[in-house]
Amino acid sequence: MGKFRKNKEKGTPQVTTAALPDIIFMLLFFFMVSTVMRTETLLVKISAPGATEVQKLEKKSLVSYINIGPPKQENLGSKARIQLNDSFARVSDVREFILAEREKLDEADRQFMTTALKIDQDTKMGIVTDVKQELRQVGAFKINYNTRQVAEINYY
Amino acid sequence: MARKVPEINGGSMADIAFLLLIFFLVTTTMDIDKGITRRLPPPPDPNAEPPDIKERNIFTILVNKNDRLLINGEPGQLRNLRSEVKNFIKNPYNQEDLPEKKMEQIEYLGEVSVSKGIISLKNDRGTSYDMYIRVQNELAAAFRELKDELAKQEFGMKYEELSRKEYIKAIDKAIPVAISEAEPENVGD
Repeated sequence: MGKFRKNKEKGTPQVTTAALPDIIFMLLFFFMVSTVMRTETLLVKISAPGATEVQKLEKKSLVSYINIGPPKQENLGSKARIQLNDSFARVSDVREFILAEREKLDEADRQFMTTALKIDQDTKMGIVTDVKQELRQVGAFKINYNTRQVAEINYY
Repeated sequence: MARKVPEINGGSMADIAFLLLIFFLVTTTMDIDKGITRRLPPPPDPNAEPPDIKERNIFTILVNKNDRLLINGEPGQLRNLRSEVKNFIKNPYNQEDLPEKKMEQIEYLGEVSVSKGIISLKNDRGTSYDMYIRVQNELAAAFRELKDELAKQEFGMKYEELSRKEYIKAIDKAIPVAISEAEPENVGD
């Protein structure tokens, strides 16, 4: 009997925390790898339309973004505006923007350049068509309509 | 000679790592961009004549500024669009008013009848982007379902489950996604 009592008196051994830094480092590396640094601040409100047939946009470095939506700042009105990089732009600025973006890429990658259109769902197609025409003129044919993925579309 | 270097205390390692971890947690944006990918046509050549396409090979969709659909000249519903497009491309009974097919020899599939049908999509300037995406989504869904059916029939699995590049290419060739966006006209602002 004495043998058993002796064991009990020892109490539970302390949990070793030596592995804690390793665990934290593991988490740290996970977040470091998966992080995409936010580079631009949105000046326009965008709530993307929902769609079921979405594809993932691969190779983010080859993607340039065009944002279209009503300005966040209310005194600028509610008409949809175009945002390129960090400022508002006109339709005629799209060409220069695409050329500049194309210049940044390697020659071999230029043909794979994709233009992602992030457009608010309440925008009228007029401005979208104008931008698309500009993209056609400048030869940026690959586009992606940014959408949310939804399980089902409700028809009305 | 060598003095004993005192061991560095590693106890604060976890704290430093925590600090970095919290920084990355806060700055991380996890959203993966998703969307519908399309290819724009090259700008029209003013000298070139418009291609001669038979009327039976064209399926026209018009979306007006009130987000109403006109499908082949008749008012249509979005919910029926998918099946209509599928029927148009498949033309299961070889009807006279639905598109022609041409037989093509495709690797891994053999002799396949490829539809000559083209979907023509046109919108007004006043059409809402939401409606436009809904229509694009239905068209994408129709073509995806057609590809799924063919892939199931030929390879026993869905299109997106195909792993061999050759198979995917063969299916893409048998069912080309022919969506043409008409030259815009400035109406309905």
